[in-house]
Amino acid sequence: MLEYDFMRMAFAASGCVAVLAGPVGWFLALRGQSFAGHALSHIGFAGAVGAALLGWPPLAGLLVVAVASGAGMGALGDRATGRDVAIGMILSLAMGCGALFLHLLTHSAMTATALLFGNVLGVTHGTLASLAVITAFSLAMLAFLSRPLLFASLQPELAEARGVRMPLLSVLFLMLVGAATAGCAQVTGVLLVFTLMVGPGATILRVGLSPALALPAAAVLALAEAWGGLALSWWSNAPASFWIAVLSVVCFLVSGIPAQSLRFRREGDAGSC
Amino acid sequence: MSLNADGVTGTMTLARPVVTDGVAHPPAAVSCQALSIGHGERVVLQAASFSIPAGSFVGLLGPNGAGKTTFLRALLGLTPVRSGELHVFGASPVCGDSNVGYMPQSRTPIRVSLTGRDMLASSLHGERWGLPLARAEGARRIDEALHAADAQDLAERRIDALSGGELQRLRLAQALLSAPRLLLLDEPLASFDPVRMREAALQIREVARRAGATVICSAHDIDPLLGVMDSVLYIARGRARLGSVDEVITSSALSDLYGAPVEVYRSPRGRVFVSADVA
Repeated sequence: MLEYDFMRMAFAASGCVAVLAGPVGWFLALRGQSFAGHALSHIGFAGAVGAALLGWPPLAGLLVVAVASGAGMGALGDRATGRDVAIGMILSLAMGCGALFLHLLTHSAMTATALLFGNVLGVTHGTLASLAVITAFSLAMLAFLSRPLLFASLQPELAEARGVRMPLLSVLFLMLVGAATAGCAQVTGVLLVFTLMVGPGATILRVGLSPALALPAAAVLALAEAWGGLALSWWSNAPASFWIAVLSVVCFLVSGIPAQSLRFRREGDAGSC
Repeated sequence: MSLNADGVTGTMTLARPVVTDGVAHPPAAVSCQALSIGHGERVVLQAASFSIPAGSFVGLLGPNGAGKTTFLRALLGLTPVRSGELHVFGASPVCGDSNVGYMPQSRTPIRVSLTGRDMLASSLHGERWGLPLARAEGARRIDEALHAADAQDLAERRIDALSGGELQRLRLAQALLSAPRLLLLDEPLASFDPVRMREAALQIREVARRAGATVICSAHDIDPLLGVMDSVLYIARGRARLGSVDEVITSSALSDLYGAPVEVYRSPRGRVFVSADVA
């Protein structure tokens, strides 16, 4: 399958996206913010279709809107009550705008499917270069943020007392999530960003590796799921997004089995004592 | 309303007087001069003056919402001083001061399966930018802190599988990471049942004594700290009073603090009950 240029491009693009999505997803799951990643992709959808309407690359629109929304979401603060309702309202509005822009687009059906469910086999050289730049920049940013972000995610009260700048950290992290979302949407589409971004990270978090190991492990798992999905798609002729979603859920379920059965046994022992 | 200077100045005996120039000076771990602090609209302290000698174990008491946590946050440099002076070891509180160890009230439930060592490692230099990589020097400090809190056995255990008491020991070890001279503990006994509370309080005192640290420990119940603490800092209605249990936990002292009649009963076995019809 690698003799075809579009497959090589697809492997390169999904690889780029996966090594960023895995570690970002680990932090999202750790912070209990996985829904934010999902929301950002929906909000980004409006940006992508809007950009297409203006004749710009959809990725640019997606990136700008997702990063800006991430900053806004971070600035709202973690403790704003009723935040899920507010996010839900904004993302519905964004999807609504997306629907309007699609209506105005002449070649709307193709664009809609590609944006919603991904079009990894149609990645151009230009898009691949953009993805590589997004990934390189975002990984550098994540490396810079990771130590205080880990501390702040695990023990927010203590981190604040030790001088961690919590609001700044929250804004920077969600901007990073926005960038990762934009990349991810190129492979899985905006509707399935969760599968490649949150799935591998949450799976690794469940396994309970120490953070220095967990971050590369999440990248490796995301890469395996993305490439595995592509290969399965090649052999089965089903969309890559479908296989990535299947692999993501299967890995997540499997990672939970030993821990759950162990916990069950421990409770059983305590009961018999 | 301001406090009388004589009523609030610490007059307790010192565990460890520091001798300089041949004269014993009571070194103050914390000193407040006409200190006012608050949180939004709420006044927590209004022109309070007192001084906590180094080496003592102070129980921080007061009704819910009196501002015990706000006072601790002021000592951490997180809540600004509105007026007056607040000094920690002779200097204004600075955020991230390694002289001060903090154990916040645990509100966030633990949902992650990390080892005790990972948890401590995440907080060591956790305020610095960069990758969370372990260094040999960090591992040594974590071992020392675990040893100081008798928590070596928890290093490789999963934090989501620890009992309340074990987690508390681990968090105490974490508070000791920077080898602090002042330990601020916010409701460390809240997660224990009444039988274990006293045991936990005694353990905290023992660990702090070995580490040579002054302790300010907030609690909503005075009983587990009786006989453990050297003095009581009672905060109510913007006023504070520092002194021994016998001085502070009396009907007259607490009535004065609240500005309303408060009665203190003592059971024959030494238990204390505070009853008030505070409107």
